Amino acid sequence: MEPNLLKSKALPRFDIIFTCGVAFLVALWAIFATSHAEDVGMTVHGWIFLGAAITAALGLVFTAHGTALQNDQSTYSDGVIRFGVIASTFWGIVGMLVGVVIASQLAFPELLYFKDFGFLNFGRLRPLHTSAVIFAFGGNVLLATSFYVVQRTCRARLFGGMLPWFVFWGYQLFIVLAATGYLMGVTSGQEYAEPTWHVDLWLTVVWVAYLLVFLGTLWKRKEPHIYVANWFYLAFIVTIAMLHVVNNLAVPTSPFATTSYPLFGGVQNALTQWWYGHNAVGFFLTAGFLAIMYYFIPKQVNRPVYSYQLSIVHFWALIFIYIWAGPHHLHYTALPQWAQTLGMTFSIILWMPSWGGMINGLMTLSGAWDKLRTDPVLRMFVASLAFYGMSTFEGPVMSVRAVNSLSHYTDWTIGHVHSGALGWVGMVSFGALYALTPWLWKRERLYSLKLVEMHFWLSTIGILFYISSMWVSGIQQGLMWRSYNEFGFLTYSFVETVKAMHLPYIVRAIGGLLYLIGTCIMAYNLWRTIDGAVAKKEPLVLTNPNLVPAE
Amino acid sequence: MLFKNHGIIERNSMILLVGILLVVSIGGIVQIAPLFRIEQTIEKVDGVRPYTPLELAGRGVYIREGCYTCHSQMIRPLRDEIERYGHYSLAAESMYDHPFQWGSKRTGPDLARVGAKYSDAWHVQHLINPRSVVPESIMPPYAFLEGREIGIKDVVDKHIVAQTRVGVPYTQADIDNAKTDLMAQADPNADSEGLQARYGGKVTVRDFDGDPSKVTEMDALVAYLQVLGTMVDFKTYEPMKAENLR
Repeated sequence: MEPNLLKSKALPRFDIIFTCGVAFLVALWAIFATSHAEDVGMTVHGWIFLGAAITAALGLVFTAHGTALQNDQSTYSDGVIRFGVIASTFWGIVGMLVGVVIASQLAFPELLYFKDFGFLNFGRLRPLHTSAVIFAFGGNVLLATSFYVVQRTCRARLFGGMLPWFVFWGYQLFIVLAATGYLMGVTSGQEYAEPTWHVDLWLTVVWVAYLLVFLGTLWKRKEPHIYVANWFYLAFIVTIAMLHVVNNLAVPTSPFATTSYPLFGGVQNALTQWWYGHNAVGFFLTAGFLAIMYYFIPKQVNRPVYSYQLSIVHFWALIFIYIWAGPHHLHYTALPQWAQTLGMTFSIILWMPSWGGMINGLMTLSGAWDKLRTDPVLRMFVASLAFYGMSTFEGPVMSVRAVNSLSHYTDWTIGHVHSGALGWVGMVSFGALYALTPWLWKRERLYSLKLVEMHFWLSTIGILFYISSMWVSGIQQGLMWRSYNEFGFLTYSFVETVKAMHLPYIVRAIGGLLYLIGTCIMAYNLWRTIDGAVAKKEPLVLTNPNLVPAE
Repeated sequence: MLFKNHGIIERNSMILLVGILLVVSIGGIVQIAPLFRIEQTIEKVDGVRPYTPLELAGRGVYIREGCYTCHSQMIRPLRDEIERYGHYSLAAESMYDHPFQWGSKRTGPDLARVGAKYSDAWHVQHLINPRSVVPESIMPPYAFLEGREIGIKDVVDKHIVAQTRVGVPYTQADIDNAKTDLMAQADPNADSEGLQARYGGKVTVRDFDGDPSKVTEMDALVAYLQVLGTMVDFKTYEPMKAENLR
């Protein structure tokens, strides 16, 4: 598509027509859904859909005469990214708070369960926690950073006029629908894919629009080459679309009920689900955030990526191998053994591209390691890579069938997930948010680097509390389950192994709380930065003195 | 050579897009597609049947409450698991499970063979207040299931229709009688001959929750828990037969 075509005023605004059309169809369906709803979940979701459609229509009417709808090709569209930064911070706090609540429930069940309120039980809050941190926090970070990076590295405004806004608000609607659904017990019952069929359909619409915005911006680019970060973003968007659609194929019990039955059952369902589940990690939480690494670390240290050739090998090897690793979640189950072995083999091979990427990120600091002493934001990025390296080594170890026989079903898995999620995804996201905020709001620097430093230590210590307590509880419980006494009987009843988890569970909750406090400090720091404040008594050192657009 | 020509991909977004799609499709196709050759994936066993309407409703409660976040339904062929929980799980036992509920974490014990291990009264008491029967338990209470009418009782036939669409072999008679079957299984005084003719003589018909006045979600959930792992007739199952090795 030629850029001058887009500038032409005669061209109908497909973005506005599309958004109005979607809002109209959603409103129409929502009216039927609320009036014919077969369960409370559908009634509530119908009203939410209707409210969203009306809000969208009003928003369009009120912004029609302003500048918001003008699609000035000479500027970057950064408004939507600013919203993304705020949404990321907000959902991060929500998701981590729910995490601390459910961690405390496991430590103090008497205090935190209420017999009359099913919606506060662990089983309902746990999907809320996982979805809020992965899809709401992580997803918004990916939306915001991808919109920022693709514009700068293509030197082109986001494609699609108001389509990026549709993607942003559509995605928030998806989050609200999923979260309210979980509290009401509206779930598909597949881990990390819990949103029900109608919410899945909505996400599909939003995701196609997202792909269109991203690809369209690539088409408009003024740079001949597509920058490496964009390869990773593109792989993330495309692969998540594929995984989401295939894993959520389902037959609803009625067009006006939230309940549905997935197309695949039993063992086929199990493998499809973990093909999805493991690659939600591989493409959502890895490929997407590696894109952040490939843009923000070079920017922060003001040096080019360490090795171009390593980037190429890293990219293709990572996306090819990751997709095979799913069956390691199903060792010793009724899944045929050849599939388990294949999953294990590829999981071990996966160690190499993972570390290749880590090395490419870390070595970008060559000749600039001294900046680690003065720049706590850079320290955030480097710590995230260290945790990435650790958890991508731990993962292949745990995928070995013999190790898995001990670790599976225990807290070791939970600890492993969190060393990746808190250490890698969380810290690389914090780094990106700290970098983006001054850039987007045109501030000279962050409000306070001391607060960044405090955040860094709180989260690092929090993660260490978290993962070491989970190693202790996981390995201890795994060993207790398989322990025999001298007469050849099992030594422990199941509940004795639960009792032994009490102390590690308290330590874990403390670790999570420290991490949450760190995030709250970040929120305060970002808010003050947006406000234009600079902490007194801190020397005015720029976080990035050579602030220029990437070219 | 490879690095020199990579520039072509970097300059053409559509080549990059198609390349990504090809590369990420291979693993899934190689691993997942062969599983649909059912005769090589699922063992030959006697006894596994679709869930009765009441059990299906109970399974819905199990999924709704997120029980799978803490309980697995998959016993691995390891000595300690077989001694603790019973015969290792077969693929055949979950072939009608849409979605599967194998789980990934045992904050609580595995439930694949919990059926018929405890009395109904124990389950009811344990669900109302887990710590009243297991003091060290960290399970949430489910007292609100008591006395609550089954949410899907008026549309359970639609659920069975949806199940047939995804391949569960219910008959037209199962669909036509779904609502009466749901009520009959929790009522010892009801005529349950039809129910047992359709789902087999092993189907348990009793007042699961101890409240004969109505059929509740507690009835449904306990009926589901009590059937878990009890369907396969292990007397006729030959694990070492060629067709059962995989």
